[in-house]
Amino acid sequence: MVRTYTLLAWTWLRAGAQYPLSMALLTIGTFVVSALDLIAIWIIFEHTGTLGGFTLPEVMFLYGTAMVSFSLADLLFGNVDKLSAHVRAGTFDSMLIRPVSPFVQMAVDRFAVQRLGKLVQAVVVLVIALPQLDVPSSRVWMVPVMVFCGTVIFTAVFTLGGALQFLLTDAPEVANAFTYGGSALTQYPLSVYGTDLVRGVTFVLPLAFVNWQPGLFVLGHEDPFGLPYWLRFAAPLAALLLGAISALAWRAGLRRYRSTGS
Amino acid sequence: MIEVHQAGRSFTISRRTGLLRRERRVVHAVRDLSFTVEAGEFVGYLGPNGAGKSTTIKMLTGILAPTSGHIQVAGLDPTKHRTALARRIGVVFGQRTTLWWDLPLRDSFELIRHLYKVDRVKHRERLDQLTEVLGLGEFMRTPVRQLSLGQRMRGDITAALLHDPAVLVLDEPTIGLDVVSKAAMRGFLRDLNAEQGTTVLLTTHDLGDIERLCRRVMVIDHGRLTFDGTVDALRATAPEESSIEDVVTRLYTAAEK
Ligand SMILES: Nc1ncnc2c1ncn2[C@@H]1O[C@H](COP(=O)(O)OP(=O)(O)OP(=O)(O)O)[C@@H](O)[C@H]1O
Ligand SMILES: [Mg+2]
Repeated sequence: MVRTYTLLAWTWLRAGAQYPLSMALLTIGTFVVSALDLIAIWIIFEHTGTLGGFTLPEVMFLYGTAMVSFSLADLLFGNVDKLSAHVRAGTFDSMLIRPVSPFVQMAVDRFAVQRLGKLVQAVVVLVIALPQLDVPSSRVWMVPVMVFCGTVIFTAVFTLGGALQFLLTDAPEVANAFTYGGSALTQYPLSVYGTDLVRGVTFVLPLAFVNWQPGLFVLGHEDPFGLPYWLRFAAPLAALLLGAISALAWRAGLRRYRSTGS
Repeated sequence: MIEVHQAGRSFTISRRTGLLRRERRVVHAVRDLSFTVEAGEFVGYLGPNGAGKSTTIKMLTGILAPTSGHIQVAGLDPTKHRTALARRIGVVFGQRTTLWWDLPLRDSFELIRHLYKVDRVKHRERLDQLTEVLGLGEFMRTPVRQLSLGQRMRGDITAALLHDPAVLVLDEPTIGLDVVSKAAMRGFLRDLNAEQGTTVLLTTHDLGDIERLCRRVMVIDHGRLTFDGTVDALRATAPEESSIEDVVTRLYTAAEK
């Protein structure tokens, strides 16, 4: 599976390399566009010292980890929520006649370097934020763990979005609202939102485990919502559960696939 | 090679009739379909528009799961073992390419080599052979979207045969081809069947395909098989000296009544 993915990604990259200039411009473009997020955060801090009880480096840390996770998931699997477009164009039928899982084929479809722009930006933010935080080594181990779990959680959200489109071929926007809404939500400390929303993203769609709960641990920050302390270590569990649910949903959707009439 | 046992496929269609009211309707695209195709046969699959031909092909290839009955192709259940079956079956949809729109043919074929894990040397040999027979050489660097219909179709056939499948199913492979290309395509398919023993099942609206290629014909209408036999037996269903068009027209309209 990994081998197939790499081989296919390589073929797409080579095909894209025929247009090096447009490739470079697009990569820089995505980098700049995602940097605007950060400028928004800086503007907020022009007027206040803290946001939802967090300092600028802390907010940058939360933003950076969430965006590294999101852009990794988007880079590797973000395409799977384009299902309804593939169904309508008939390309999904073509994927089903190949001896490789359609999930992998969709994920790698048109694999391009410009997807790296966002990842690079997020890594830069994280690299700037971390040294300013003086995280003790007893807590810093959580950083790679949370990035990994976050990537799994976002991948699962993309997969759920794709699976949903097996049923609602006419409403792909619903699924997109899910994924991109989810990424926007995690860009700020959850303390800026209401209690109900935070409960929702903790216990229903566990986006709080992308950066918020494990981030509280890394930053040694108390939970403004007073939720149990052990939740800070629950990211792997949340990732595993959501991953399993999304895999089941995808398979159930695939069984219900009905192709098109022509 | 292909065994279809009382297979059926229905689609539930829900249609908005009012602001909130929805009406559900069930379309039986294929019902109670049974037939067997032996290895090495060349079978034509006929039927009027909407008869259920494409639906049958999609069930044979594992794209659609049948809603009733069961199917075996090359000894495998297409729904359960879709990916394993993909290695033994070649599929061509005349209406739509299975190649990658933006990739040059050469890259598409390279992708296929990776997907099917075909040995590099074998792949090279087969590709050279197919490009020569189908005259694709000069288009290898052209992106698929820039190919004409006939060129694209040859690309699709090549793609379907690169992994040396035992069965080839084609849904309207001669649609939109000019007289010369059509003859070339038919010659190629006939040789493939005769020399390599590849089992071929093709749907078509062009009765010339049936007359020139197929020993056996199956006719489907409203999702049911209405005829299965040799081309001569098909002719014998109508008064003597009717053209094949008349024979088929009789068959299609008889089911209407
Ligand atoms: N995905 C689908 N959803 C709903 N109905 C479908 C779907 N696919 C096929 N049908 C219906 O099933 C019936 C058979 O369609 P099919 O495409 O198999 O016909 P066909 O014999 O290939 O026709 P044609 O010669 O026009 O290609 C049609 O009535 C069609 O409307
Ligand atoms: Mg059809």
